[in-house]
Amino acid sequence: MILKELSEAFGPSGHEREVRELILKAIQGYVDSYQVDALGNLIALKRSSQPAVSGHKPLKIMVSAHMDEVGIMVTHADKEGLLHFEVVGGLEARVLLAQPVVLGDERLPGVIGLKPIHLQERGEREKLPKVSDLTIDTGATGQEEAEKAAPKGTYGTFATSFAELSGELRTVKGKAFDDRAGCAVLVELLKADYPFDLWAAFTVQEELGLRGARVAAFRVEPDMAFSLEGTICDDLPKEKDQSPTTKLGEGPAITLRDRSVVCDPRLIQHLVEVAEAEGIPYQFKQPGVGGTDAGAIHLVKEGVPSAVVSVPSRYIHSPVSLLSRVDFENTVRLVQAALSRLPESLSWPPVP
Amino acid sequence: MEVISFLRQLSEAAGVSGYEESIRQLVIEQFAQFADEVRTDKLGNVMALKWGEGQEPHPRIMLAGHMDEIGLMVTQLKEGFLHFTTVGGIDPRVVLGQEVIVHGRRDLPGIIGSRPPHVLPSEEREKPQPVEELFIDLGLPQEEVAQWVRVGDLATIHRRFIELKNGWVAGKGFDDRAAVAAIGFCLAELARMRHQWDVYGVATVQEEVGLRGAITSTYNIMPEVGIAIDVGFGTTPGQLEGVSIKMDKGPAIAFGPNIHPQVHKGLVEAAQALEIPHQIEPIPGPTGTDAWAMQVTREGIPTGLISIPLRYMHTSVETLVIRDIERTGRLLAGFISRLDEAFREALYEQPKIGEAK
Repeated sequence: MILKELSEAFGPSGHEREVRELILKAIQGYVDSYQVDALGNLIALKRSSQPAVSGHKPLKIMVSAHMDEVGIMVTHADKEGLLHFEVVGGLEARVLLAQPVVLGDERLPGVIGLKPIHLQERGEREKLPKVSDLTIDTGATGQEEAEKAAPKGTYGTFATSFAELSGELRTVKGKAFDDRAGCAVLVELLKADYPFDLWAAFTVQEELGLRGARVAAFRVEPDMAFSLEGTICDDLPKEKDQSPTTKLGEGPAITLRDRSVVCDPRLIQHLVEVAEAEGIPYQFKQPGVGGTDAGAIHLVKEGVPSAVVSVPSRYIHSPVSLLSRVDFENTVRLVQAALSRLPESLSWPPVP
Repeated sequence: MEVISFLRQLSEAAGVSGYEESIRQLVIEQFAQFADEVRTDKLGNVMALKWGEGQEPHPRIMLAGHMDEIGLMVTQLKEGFLHFTTVGGIDPRVVLGQEVIVHGRRDLPGIIGSRPPHVLPSEEREKPQPVEELFIDLGLPQEEVAQWVRVGDLATIHRRFIELKNGWVAGKGFDDRAAVAAIGFCLAELARMRHQWDVYGVATVQEEVGLRGAITSTYNIMPEVGIAIDVGFGTTPGQLEGVSIKMDKGPAIAFGPNIHPQVHKGLVEAAQALEIPHQIEPIPGPTGTDAWAMQVTREGIPTGLISIPLRYMHTSVETLVIRDIERTGRLLAGFISRLDEAFREALYEQPKIGEAK
């Protein structure tokens, strides 16, 4: 299952090479050409299955998913051989304590330790340490050895493996479902044929501000765009009456608006109509939360009508996330059906 | 005996205090290779006996390392998620975002889920979440969860054994399975050495909830000398030097009111004679180890304590150096092979102040 390989791949923002190579291998034979741009975006073209008609340019549809994940970066080694680090993207100290990590392409193992409970002073447990107070122990016994093993700037991720939990929702767990789930959906979509030119953009640096998608969309100049995500699913039981954002098992989540984009109402309408016609469950993501590549894409050049469809994923931005393969498959079904029946053009109602 | 593979097995198996069965099987299997007899007692302690030689009755020495570990216990099922509490001293901050195994009617993998930063107000992201507010997520429908899990079921952190650089390793439950591995190594060493005393290698239960296995096993064995082996706080930058011992500098031989001066002296002399790297650890009060219970068993037992240096105690990434376990095993074997009648007699002479060291 491609999601397993993608989840276990090493790819913090700015270091997506391994993810890119995996995807490249997976899409060989399903695309007509591809390029890797200056930032590292992988942009693949799958040409329209319709015979070319002279004077008629096929539609250009861009579908994007980001390859990067939140992670860490080594800043220096201290005299004892412990490594200090900063976070890459939205990662917080509360989920870093007592976690195993791997550093660099060689995946040097290390652990983020914490003072033993026995030696803590009163009140210490009521506070969280700062990331700058945490260190990674690799077993290196001095500064020189540690620096050599993991030089300044070495990237790191969680050492989490993928596994099935199952049940009727066929749940799985692994790291970085934000957004390897989206990448896996896009890989699946490329196996079908479409009556337009499909530009698949596997983007970089989404977690640092939607940076890869911006330049990818500039290059592609799509007529319409879809972004695929593994998005927030906060459906644990709660005391307060708060939105779960999305719910596990209730189907692909369609974004109305988030912090980065107001999705195109015509595309939302199209997605809903297709879902209902096909009997595919869907849900709307709680408006206003999070941001996605669509935030950058819809503002490129003169603007691009954009939509976002996501696989609900619990515990994103932590060492281990969880999703339902039923939701995953329904997301593939919905987007694939919506793409195959895409209108030739989108028009606003005529001015009266 | 290969220490690293035995420790790996012990670490990856689950055995929360009072529920040590999987560990017990591994220990029996390993200890039986080098012992003359292996038996268990009513609380579940494993006691491996290796006979001494020479005139009977042989004096007895007992080595104790505890095989239980800290863990979690399910307190409530709520909409298919599990509320839990801690068993033993666990810092609530180190469980968020961890993977667990829930030991229900069958073992079930789960996640202690962290809510994403996108939906949390900043004050909640900056302070630890109390354990009562956390959930274990098994990824299963409510009905299925209820079918497999009941209140009171135990859970352990799911942690694979990690090999770091330089023979350092990280994982869970090294407290105190590192000592169980050291005792196994000692028994293996003794298999090719001569010793007069009978040796009891004991893997004790329920240490983390009050040194309970040591109480009954020491009573049962009635040793002339008892030595507890536990893990000690390995020096980490920012931690008090005075309460920590150095990593990779060999076993720390404790000294203080819990320790019989003659036992301390004998251990130090053995380490010196065999040129085994070692350190001295002064502990002026309760040691919080099996040695504390052993010392006051029956009429009183001359007791020693050896600590294996370990960082990040009571987390799922406890870190130690394999060499320190081997050195501990070699030291114990060397000490045992030197035990004789003169040593036994010296246990009841009161040394003058200062002489013991």
